[in-house]
Amino acid sequence: MSPVVKPKKEKFTFPGKYLLLIFSILSIALMVVTYGTTAFDGPFNTAVGYVVVPFEKGIGRLGEWLSNRSEEFTDVKRLLAENEELKNEINKLTEENAILSQERYELNSLRTLFELSNEYDSYNKVGARIIAKDSGNWFSSFIIDKGTNDGLQVDMNVISGGGLVGCITGIGPNWARVKAIVSDKNFVSGQVLSTGETLFVEGDLELLNSNIISFSMLEDENDAVVVGDKVVTSKISDKYLPGILIGFIQYIENDNNNLTKSGYITPAVDFEHMSEVLVITDMKNNDYE
Amino acid sequence: MIRKIIMVLGAFVIFLLQNCVFTQFNTGGIVPNLILLITGIYGFMHGEKAGLIAGFLLGLGFDIFYGDIIGLHALIFMYIGYINGKFCGIYYPEDIKLPLLLIFLSNISCGVLDYIFGYLIRGRLHFSYYFAHIILPEMLYTMLITIIIYPIIVLIYNAFEKREVRKEA
Repeated sequence: MSPVVKPKKEKFTFPGKYLLLIFSILSIALMVVTYGTTAFDGPFNTAVGYVVVPFEKGIGRLGEWLSNRSEEFTDVKRLLAENEELKNEINKLTEENAILSQERYELNSLRTLFELSNEYDSYNKVGARIIAKDSGNWFSSFIIDKGTNDGLQVDMNVISGGGLVGCITGIGPNWARVKAIVSDKNFVSGQVLSTGETLFVEGDLELLNSNIISFSMLEDENDAVVVGDKVVTSKISDKYLPGILIGFIQYIENDNNNLTKSGYITPAVDFEHMSEVLVITDMKNNDYE
Repeated sequence: MIRKIIMVLGAFVIFLLQNCVFTQFNTGGIVPNLILLITGIYGFMHGEKAGLIAGFLLGLGFDIFYGDIIGLHALIFMYIGYINGKFCGIYYPEDIKLPLLLIFLSNISCGVLDYIFGYLIRGRLHFSYYFAHIILPEMLYTMLITIIIYPIIVLIYNAFEKREVRKEA
């Protein structure tokens, strides 16, 4: 054996710090590009749609089933007690119902005056299932199982249980991301139904746990707006269709400038227990652009 | 090779778990940060490069689904994975103290960075609220999950280690 040992051919390895540098530049470039444009949304969203979403659909259903079962167990006892109470209540309510059905005739005539509910029913809607929720704690958005293949588009409005949930902010062929109105960074232009005054509805992370959203910029010189008033989306909103119920005013206070008011709104939708939503496929007409 | 495939599959499963399952079992609206957890674990178990790549890919996936700007979380998670990888040399699988400490520090820094980029630059200055109601609970929840998940990962890891040693022998 010769004294000179031929060194083993070393396997080529790429040092970690160069990899770090390359990926850093890559992600900063991505950030810069996606900040201004939506150039990458198409290919990325399509790729992710085929790799991740099919699994999410399955797991989402399983997770939902499990969480429903676990809720069932804890609820059984409470439900038995509640059942008893509810039976008593039924008796009371049947009495009340008789009185209310008389009032309904009156309501119907008022509704025709109002024209609002008609407008609401005439929107075309598509049902979708929530398959994944936002995985961080910093914002609230969720993923639904319909996308461009089903005719959805970015900025379409999403409702559930008669109230506004949010609008679509990202989309792939078979999925779409819906940003909830309770999410921080989200703004909706609203309108108090009784007086027609506009206000500015804004999600706030600090209020998210108490399930309320804040509003501001309400001009109400005559103090006509009171707690409990309905707030709907306004006609001047650029994304949201007019007349969709947002929620009910819970609290009002005067701003320091004494011209505007702000406060809190209880949303009409229960964001915690949502599993299916309706997407309104009619878009707000943006002809002015 | 098999181990690499298992690692990729593991990361993929964790990503799905985070999005679909843990969001259903949230406690008080708080979800543990499993993506960060797996990034950190790959980092200190397999070194800088594994942590870096895992962080980048998982962060990218997170951004595409939920982020407004693609690349921000990829960058944050990538650096966390890389820094965790620096501790690969002094890491022993039997000792859970170092992993816990690393996950703890990673989670705090990730939370603070999220706050700075998502909230502080929009003028939300109420840091103490965000710290007490989001960063701290998320951190505690993730630590709890670490205590449960970490031994399982070490078990899987050891099983493959043994198999590979047997093959070589």
